[in-house]
Amino acid sequence: MGIELKNITKKFGGYTAIDDISLNVASGELVALLGPSGCGKTTLLRIIAGLELPDGGKIILEDKDTTNLPPREKNVGFVFQHYALFRRMTVFENVAFGLKVLPRKARPSGTEIRDRVEHLLKMVQMEWALKRYPSQLSGGQRQRIALARALAVNPKVLLLDEPFSALDAKVRQELRRWVRKLHDDIHVTSIFVTHDQEEALELADRIVVINKGRIEQQGTPQEVYDHPANAFVYNFLGNVNVFHGRVHNGKVTLGSHRVDAPDEFKNTEEKASQAFVRPHEIGISRIRSSEADLEGTIQEVRLMGGQIGLNLECEGFEHPIEAEIPRDLYINLQLSRGDKVFVSLNRVKVFTGDYAI
Amino acid sequence: MGLFQTKRRNILPGFGLSMGYTVFYLSAIVIVPLSMIFFNTFPMGWDPFVHAVTAPRVLASYRLSFSTALFAALFDAVAGLLTAWVLVRYRFPGKQFLDALVDLPFALPTAVAGICFATLYSPMGWLGATLTKWNITIINSATGIVIALVFIGFPFVVRTIQPVLEEVEQEIEEAAHCLGATRWQTFRKILLPHLFPALLTGSTLAFARGIGEYGSVIFIAGNLPMKTEIAPLMIMSKLDQFDYAGASAVALVLLLISFSMLLALNAIQEWQQKEYR
Repeated sequence: MGIELKNITKKFGGYTAIDDISLNVASGELVALLGPSGCGKTTLLRIIAGLELPDGGKIILEDKDTTNLPPREKNVGFVFQHYALFRRMTVFENVAFGLKVLPRKARPSGTEIRDRVEHLLKMVQMEWALKRYPSQLSGGQRQRIALARALAVNPKVLLLDEPFSALDAKVRQELRRWVRKLHDDIHVTSIFVTHDQEEALELADRIVVINKGRIEQQGTPQEVYDHPANAFVYNFLGNVNVFHGRVHNGKVTLGSHRVDAPDEFKNTEEKASQAFVRPHEIGISRIRSSEADLEGTIQEVRLMGGQIGLNLECEGFEHPIEAEIPRDLYINLQLSRGDKVFVSLNRVKVFTGDYAI
Repeated sequence: MGLFQTKRRNILPGFGLSMGYTVFYLSAIVIVPLSMIFFNTFPMGWDPFVHAVTAPRVLASYRLSFSTALFAALFDAVAGLLTAWVLVRYRFPGKQFLDALVDLPFALPTAVAGICFATLYSPMGWLGATLTKWNITIINSATGIVIALVFIGFPFVVRTIQPVLEEVEQEIEEAAHCLGATRWQTFRKILLPHLFPALLTGSTLAFARGIGEYGSVIFIAGNLPMKTEIAPLMIMSKLDQFDYAGASAVALVLLLISFSMLLALNAIQEWQQKEYR
């Protein structure tokens, strides 16, 4: 097992940052800790690295209890959100740092260090930057150097704290694909923290959704996206329309409409419920296709690249419903603001209970 | 390019006015008064000038002033770094009081400091009495001068390091720890290079101030010719004997040394910053 966390708790004053979290990460796995800001995900990562001490629980890295070890004895690679490169050192010195601070006996020779650094820089495609200073590099390049520096000491695990969030959109996407590829090549057990669900879905082998210091759900991106365990996870994994209402005997109220609820609610007593529909799972057409269709008026049209976003005002609904449709469909239907359309809500997901979002 | 530059207008207004003010200020307050030293010295002629500034008593006073100021600056560099470290890195009750205390040598009339030291270290003073028993004399000795100069120079070092130390991101140190560096290695390889320019500036200022310091030193130094006479005192005693030209000559040498030191300091910093910015 790469990383085992057992009942980790951490409090800051009266505030519980981590509330009894247990988590296993297999060797060579790439896991995303996903959650809103302040949910405790970064704290958890820092606890694994030894940068914070937990109030309770155990951290086992590759079958060795490292709970009370200082960071330098844990042999973890840590990549910071803002790179944390050493400004007064060249790229070479930055990457070589972890090797040069080894005790004399364990320290490789000068040429070995040079070879290793050159190898790592080649791996992150930065071999040309050997003599540059961090200030002469762009954000994406700095983060590659930070990654090479973290990998230089052959860490047992690699921890990345929001590694892409300081980069601009294009570079972010490029770098995360590249990190995925790199991980497929070197297979170091890795955990990265993010608040960006897209990043987690695209990059991770497994997603751990965290909220208020607890794990809400864990699973492959597919599992978590298709079968969210609760309203929080569903809501956090993408844009949603939320309808507060009641569910009763297989029917759920959406605004003033009643539609069929998913099967598991066939024989339930009347309960408060929240129904969710993702914008891209809303159908739009010019003609009524079923009894359940709503009538709506297009209030706003938003260009979103390949998709077109629509705000629909529907009778009996307090708030406008957001829909996303492919650009082709939008052109075929010749939609424009003020048009009346029929709206079908596909795949309504219903959760009962008072889940605060 | 040249044409383009002359046509480019400066977005920030008021350059002419503020530059004019700056030149005027520097002239009126700094350059004109200091140039009087040159004008006072020139009529002497070369040989009397050399004679005045190389008299054994004067040379001894230079030696004393520079060596004591250097020792004091080195001591301040270490003590000031430590104090700045404590003030920046830790929270403790009375921190603000301690922080304010650092500035005291700036605010206190130097003569007051001098009298305090003289009383404390005199053979009957609190510390002096004990030290006399162990055969250590502070008063009327170079050690006493160093102690006074340490006090005077201390805030220069603390106040130049403090803001730089506050700026150091915690992440940088954490990164070093994660890479296996010990606390000492992190300090030595990451923090110290970062703090070095500020440390150099602070201790040079303390050093420059130490060379010129008069008020706090004369009370504790005893002013024995050839032994504990500092350079500024030589100027004073020449003035007392109405030897204005001689006083100017000694002052000129002090001025030139101080100025070239500050110039060298600037050059070192320029050279240091150039590489990685």
